[in-house]
Amino acid sequence: MDQPAPPLIALRGITKAFPGVIANDDISLDIQRGQVHCLLGENGAGKSTLISILAGLQSPDSGRIELDGETVRIGSPKAAMDLGIGVVHQHSTLVPALTVIENLMLGERGLLQNRARAIARLDELSGLLGARIDPDAHASDLGLGQQQQVEIAKAMWTGTRLLILDEPTSMLTPQAIDSLAESVERLTAEGLGIVFITHKLREAYTMGDCVTVLRAGRNVGHISTERMAELSEQEAQRTILTAMFGDDLAAAGGLEEAAELAGATEAERETEAVDFATRPVRLALRGVSTAGSTLDAVVHDIDLEIHAGEILGIAGIDGHGQTALAEVVAGQRPAASGAVTLDDVDVTGLGVRGRQTRGLRYVTDDRLHEGTVGSLSVALNLMLKRIGQAPFWRFGQIDREAVDTEAMNLIAEYGIRTPSSATRAGTLSGGNIQKILLARELGGGANVVVVNKPTYGLDLKTVRLVHDLLAEFAAGGGSVLLISTELDELVELSHRIGVISRGRILGVVVNDGPTTAEKVGELMIGGDHDGE
Amino acid sequence: MASERSGRVRGIVETVVRSVLPVVLALIAGGIILAALGKNPFVFYGAIVENGIGGTNWEDSLVMMAPLLLIAVGLIVVFRGQLWNLGSAGQYLLAAVVVTGIGPWALKTLPAALAYLLLAVAGAATAAVWTLVPAWLKARFGTNEIITTLVMSTIGAGLTNILIENVFQDPELNTPQTSEIPIADMLPFIPGTQVHVGFVVAIVVAIVFQVILSRTSFGLRLDVFGASPKAARHVGISSKRMIVLLFVISGGLIGLGAAMDMMGEWGYLRSNWNPHYGDAMIPFVFLARLSPVGSIPFVAFYAVFATGGTIASQQTGLSVDFLSVIVALILIFMTITEYVGTKRRLGQSYLPDELKNTVRIPFARLASRSAA
Repeated sequence: MDQPAPPLIALRGITKAFPGVIANDDISLDIQRGQVHCLLGENGAGKSTLISILAGLQSPDSGRIELDGETVRIGSPKAAMDLGIGVVHQHSTLVPALTVIENLMLGERGLLQNRARAIARLDELSGLLGARIDPDAHASDLGLGQQQQVEIAKAMWTGTRLLILDEPTSMLTPQAIDSLAESVERLTAEGLGIVFITHKLREAYTMGDCVTVLRAGRNVGHISTERMAELSEQEAQRTILTAMFGDDLAAAGGLEEAAELAGATEAERETEAVDFATRPVRLALRGVSTAGSTLDAVVHDIDLEIHAGEILGIAGIDGHGQTALAEVVAGQRPAASGAVTLDDVDVTGLGVRGRQTRGLRYVTDDRLHEGTVGSLSVALNLMLKRIGQAPFWRFGQIDREAVDTEAMNLIAEYGIRTPSSATRAGTLSGGNIQKILLARELGGGANVVVVNKPTYGLDLKTVRLVHDLLAEFAAGGGSVLLISTELDELVELSHRIGVISRGRILGVVVNDGPTTAEKVGELMIGGDHDGE
Repeated sequence: MASERSGRVRGIVETVVRSVLPVVLALIAGGIILAALGKNPFVFYGAIVENGIGGTNWEDSLVMMAPLLLIAVGLIVVFRGQLWNLGSAGQYLLAAVVVTGIGPWALKTLPAALAYLLLAVAGAATAAVWTLVPAWLKARFGTNEIITTLVMSTIGAGLTNILIENVFQDPELNTPQTSEIPIADMLPFIPGTQVHVGFVVAIVVAIVFQVILSRTSFGLRLDVFGASPKAARHVGISSKRMIVLLFVISGGLIGLGAAMDMMGEWGYLRSNWNPHYGDAMIPFVFLARLSPVGSIPFVAFYAVFATGGTIASQQTGLSVDFLSVIVALILIFMTITEYVGTKRRLGQSYLPDELKNTVRIPFARLASRSAA
């Protein structure tokens, strides 16, 4: 009876349904000790739900989880921690005002804090991760890569058997990705199991020992460790892509296009070059600061210029003043000091509507609650920023026919998939809601558009469409301020990339060669105040 | 096309069912309670209909509708913006005391039409001003308007008493009340009836606001603001201005209701009198889906119910408070109907998950223990 050792964690027939959607449909997979198990899939494929189940945030409707061959119930995040399952979430969970060691000790349950023991544990973990972490540095002073190391240390604080990394690389610089890969290697050498979630093919290939692909809530393809070792990178990619897209592969534009969408290759700029000397400055910010109570609501002393036909990218970790920057340009947030000029006209004193009629538009990142009103029709949502304007409103009264005609035009032009123009916007998919926003903001005399995280949470086909729309808009002479947390997206579209951190622009890199990502990375590290 | 139409018809049917069903269920439940109390519910409800509609009693019901409908529209406007003006009682009373306080003088010295206009404006303005404090606190600091309007309502009621006793007291009477507007000077009747023209004013206001809310840019802005203040800010609607505007309109309509009621029906105000019209209207404006014209039948229902019910309860030997029991039952059944309707729309089970878990978990635990 020489049975192989049971896997570290085995999922058996996990099913989880939400109203109207089956997020996980009979998913089974094994996670082995000492291996990196990559979980690939598009947005909405069910990755996040599966992680929530492993992290004890949600319970499956059916199916079971086995840990070392024994069935376990993960009823709460605490239960997950007790079982040795640590999760590094996509969003930062560190308290910025606390030091590293204080952040790490947050999860301790004892009555008194045992600082000495905590420092010892941090030393141990630092050695394991191969990173030097200053226990007394404030979390807000850490660079991105370091923050992530602390997040991993936090996830492993109580002695982890399984570590889950949820899309850890989207805003990491190439340098930080390398050091993350090193850390992951050390951890697997210690016998940890690691689940690595990503939607980028090349990471899955370089970091993963085996790969599972999810599509529409189902496990649609698994490449075992042995197979993975046999396959060349190209063969592995083809296998994964076929699983990821299935019958949609043709619709996504063939294998090559799909490979690019899925981040199989290094990103490089795809928009046409712009000669800044001959292009007039469209939008300029001079010494603009805002007041606010959260990190994301404050920018300091911003100086930026965007030329006609230019896409200016803004890179940075989420929540470092991107919202404030977008809103102060759009007119939603007053500038505490400084000036915003549009075509050399000072618009600092104008509100949203004044700037909107002058062609300054804003595609917000909160497309469900800010960009649209779910209870109103698609047609009205398309007209939301033109309420009261002729010819759609006359003497304050709505001309429903005019509104409907305009809406039908936009629906056709932007390919918004909706049963009718009277359908409530809230019932549409995320991709179609984003199309409503783009149709509303890019159409009808737009000159400058601020775009905040335009592809967050969208499926790859819509991502492609959004990128094409923005590139087209710029090619037609429009200016784009593209704020994103996806470095690949910024490199692909932007002519220049600025780096924002803690509300300040640390510098602007011209995107003119294969080293842009590295340069952006240097800016991020250079701005880390602790001189590392 | 056909399916779209049948879908729309189904939608209308469902709306009507959802609006009327709670009232029907409340009447049935009220009937059961009556039977339990040893009264014949059919006699009681019959007496309500007879005293609320029969003979010329329908005229009394219409007279009562005038302030009720104006207050209902005042609540609808502000509720649509997801702002909760729960201080209608204080706003009503302050407007009423100003109208009855200056009414006798105004009607004596000014031409009647001008005096009515002045009093209507004075009533509306008084109540509107009384909403400014909660509105400003909400707009400036985000202070919860439920609390501030309730507090201001209590203060308003107290201030009304002070004004009656110290400023507008009828010198010829010992009881604390204002001087009476002479019957001859009160609002004229609609020809051929005993219903004052305040009823017409209320109906016209309801129709005007129906058009404003459903067809104008202001109505759409208000809907955007009510659905999501974040979206409102995004499209350039100033939330501060909107909050103050909605409260002022709401207060203004409630004050107008008070003016019509005082000039058309009462003619004077006594100390410590408070009809709580607004509180009674709250469930009905929700049943009407916050539609001004849609609220007319509900307001009519309540007016008949209140007019006839007061006499009916005396006849059957019930407390007048039994009417509040029925209103409360309507609220309860409205909540249940909404809950079931929402669950049905989402295709979910009608029982709450929590309830099912409470039942299921102990059994599951027991089962796993016995299995181990």
